[in-house]
Amino acid sequence: MSSAATLQHADVHGSHDAHHEHHHHETFITKYVFSQDHKMIAKQFLVTGIIWAIIGGLFSVVFRLQLGYPESTFPWLEDLLGHWAAGGKLKPEFYYALVTMHGTILVFFVLTAGLSGTFANFLIPLQIGARDMASPMLNMLSYWFFFLASTIMFASLFVQTGPASGGWTIYPPLSALGDASSGSKIGMDLWLVSMAMFIVSSLLGGLNYITTILNMRTKGMSMTRLPLTIWALFFTAVLGVLSFPVLLSGAILLLFDRNLGTSFYLSDIVIAGKILPNEGGSAILFQHLFWFLGHPEVYIILLPAMGMSSEIISVNSRKPIFGYMAMVGSVFAIAILAFLVWAHHMFVTGLNPFLGSVFVLLTLLIAVPSAIKVFNWLTTLWRANIRFTPGMLFAIGFVSLFISGGLTGIFLGNSALDLHLHDTYFVVAHFHIVMGVASFFGMFAGVYHWFPKMFGRYLNNTMAFIHFWVTIVGAYLIFWPMHYQGLSGMPRRYYDFSGWSSFNMFNGLNEFISLVAMIVFAVQLLFVFNFFYSMFKGRKVTDSNPWGSNTLEWTTPINPGHGNWPGEIPEVHRGAYDYAKDGKEFIPQNVPVGDDESKAH
Amino acid sequence: MGSSDMSAGVMEQRKKIHPHKFTLWVGIGSLLMMFAGLTSAYIVKRNQANWQTFELPQFFWYSTIAILLSSGTIYLAQKAFKQREMKKYRSLVVATLVLGVLFIVFQVFGFQQFWKNGLPLGENVSTDFLYVIVGLHGAHVAGGLIVLIILFAKAFNTRTRTYNSIPVELASTYWHFVDVLWIYLLIFLMMIR
Repeated sequence: MSSAATLQHADVHGSHDAHHEHHHHETFITKYVFSQDHKMIAKQFLVTGIIWAIIGGLFSVVFRLQLGYPESTFPWLEDLLGHWAAGGKLKPEFYYALVTMHGTILVFFVLTAGLSGTFANFLIPLQIGARDMASPMLNMLSYWFFFLASTIMFASLFVQTGPASGGWTIYPPLSALGDASSGSKIGMDLWLVSMAMFIVSSLLGGLNYITTILNMRTKGMSMTRLPLTIWALFFTAVLGVLSFPVLLSGAILLLFDRNLGTSFYLSDIVIAGKILPNEGGSAILFQHLFWFLGHPEVYIILLPAMGMSSEIISVNSRKPIFGYMAMVGSVFAIAILAFLVWAHHMFVTGLNPFLGSVFVLLTLLIAVPSAIKVFNWLTTLWRANIRFTPGMLFAIGFVSLFISGGLTGIFLGNSALDLHLHDTYFVVAHFHIVMGVASFFGMFAGVYHWFPKMFGRYLNNTMAFIHFWVTIVGAYLIFWPMHYQGLSGMPRRYYDFSGWSSFNMFNGLNEFISLVAMIVFAVQLLFVFNFFYSMFKGRKVTDSNPWGSNTLEWTTPINPGHGNWPGEIPEVHRGAYDYAKDGKEFIPQNVPVGDDESKAH
Repeated sequence: MGSSDMSAGVMEQRKKIHPHKFTLWVGIGSLLMMFAGLTSAYIVKRNQANWQTFELPQFFWYSTIAILLSSGTIYLAQKAFKQREMKKYRSLVVATLVLGVLFIVFQVFGFQQFWKNGLPLGENVSTDFLYVIVGLHGAHVAGGLIVLIILFAKAFNTRTRTYNSIPVELASTYWHFVDVLWIYLLIFLMMIR
């Protein structure tokens, strides 16, 4: 709610010209709360995502405090968390709850809803030349289901037995039996209900994105003229629509096991000395269903970041993206392979080694399209006239992180190595760099680049540069050392390593990582400040195309109303990447092809 | 609400298939994935040692007949609507509604048969799957019934006359989908049990 209220002023200034065109008698409620305008829904997703990111990030700071200073006590933690930190020291149960919620919040609420929810909503109609989504109504519902999911998940933080604490993957039997741990009680129920709402939200969104892209492109906007952002968002939506339902079916079976006495996942369990009657179930079955979503999910997170970085790198290199069709093809290949590699999360479950080797092969195949993309980004940058805007820096940072994190994926994709590295800090380092931080960089790049279109103002550059440099250096300082910890066998999810003399050599390193994590978190708050400050006080945009970009969103007025274009929707005559062609710096998509224009680039 | 405006905006653009229809088809693909997840889990369990075979209850055959007939009535209803034969349309919608309710009633009877034969929920994994899969399909039929009730209410509301056939076509497509899904599930459960 507050998000909508704070947005009010941003649009009041300077948007009068657009408003003459579209009079729907909008009230405060229909314009800012139950809005059906895709741009407002995007902002709702973004602000909700930012709030979640602060919460999820704060959780990581709190549990890093435990990992970095296992011997110390922090009396203020008790003031903050009550009995969960009695005596100023986190309880192990709460540590697990924090880790679980950190993962859940960041994977689903921030990097799925906050990232693709924001930019799919904002960019799809604007960049394909449509007045709104195929179904603005479903689109609004998509946000409000997300809001409902958020409310339920937020409420679960405050229940007496604590939120879910079995890891974001909620493996049974821990998640299926209320007696298994304190976090398996009502916190787990709320988690499941919240995620069911979340799945509905992301399906409604996904259906809309796919239909809008395939059905509502403006005249002349053939599929091969689409900006790469749209291609990436399209495949993201396809992945979501095909994989989330499978998670839902897994969760339904889990709900039956939890509440109705069935044994889909449970067999031969003794809990607190009591033998349970459940028989014939298989916990591995859940892992298959979970990871059939879980692996596409990492691409749901990553693809929008890839698409936006492609676009931003090309615009700020003032050069066409290198190998447009190869970029589209590689996203397509990644989307297909995403469905065929889920068992590489399960190499240590007693998987048939032959089956394992098939999954190794398919997993390593992902390196091919990934490498194509990396080389295309690098060749786009090669000998370019680069403008280092904050958006560009984050896009380049994304490429850097994607390379560093992707290379360790090749280690983990080999089952022989994975047997050693499974569930160690090596895995933590790998997925945080390649999926977590890299996607965050894509998101930051998108926010810095499209903020002028969203709010008609610029973000502050000085704060942006501080944000970028501290975050990229900090991210490497936090996660790079974790590779070494993982290689030497340090397991993830442990509450306290001080009992193992073999890990004592890492005490100093753990403290260092925690310290950097706190600094990086503080700098994210600087970004949040910059975001809300600039929304009201930022430098005003005076040029409707401030970055000299080719795509259609910059042909709208500076503060577009509902319906995007005051007059006719522009017709498209060319692809999105005609930069530095025929001596011209850029030629927007709606400019007709001239008579003397050269055919090839 | 801006949606009426927006759909006018939709019309001015080139189109092969109405966006709402397309959305429904993508949604159907998504629902299929959910059932594919469940039936795959079923097959995996089927191959484990402690599987118990079961007989499908007789009532499932009656429900099959009901839903097949209802697919026919909704097809005719759509045809009648397009020819503006509103009286015929109304009675056909009612017929579909009744057949849909009958389907659900027969499914419930089928489960009661299971229950009486000593296979309540939680007794063994094989039939528990049946409860979940058939139950989830039933929930989707129930969702379709809600849509039919809305169509029914609209058809009898004489104050607003709309001849927009899209809602009817959407409902009809969805209804055929739950019908075909049921036939598929029935064949699946007969072949693999």
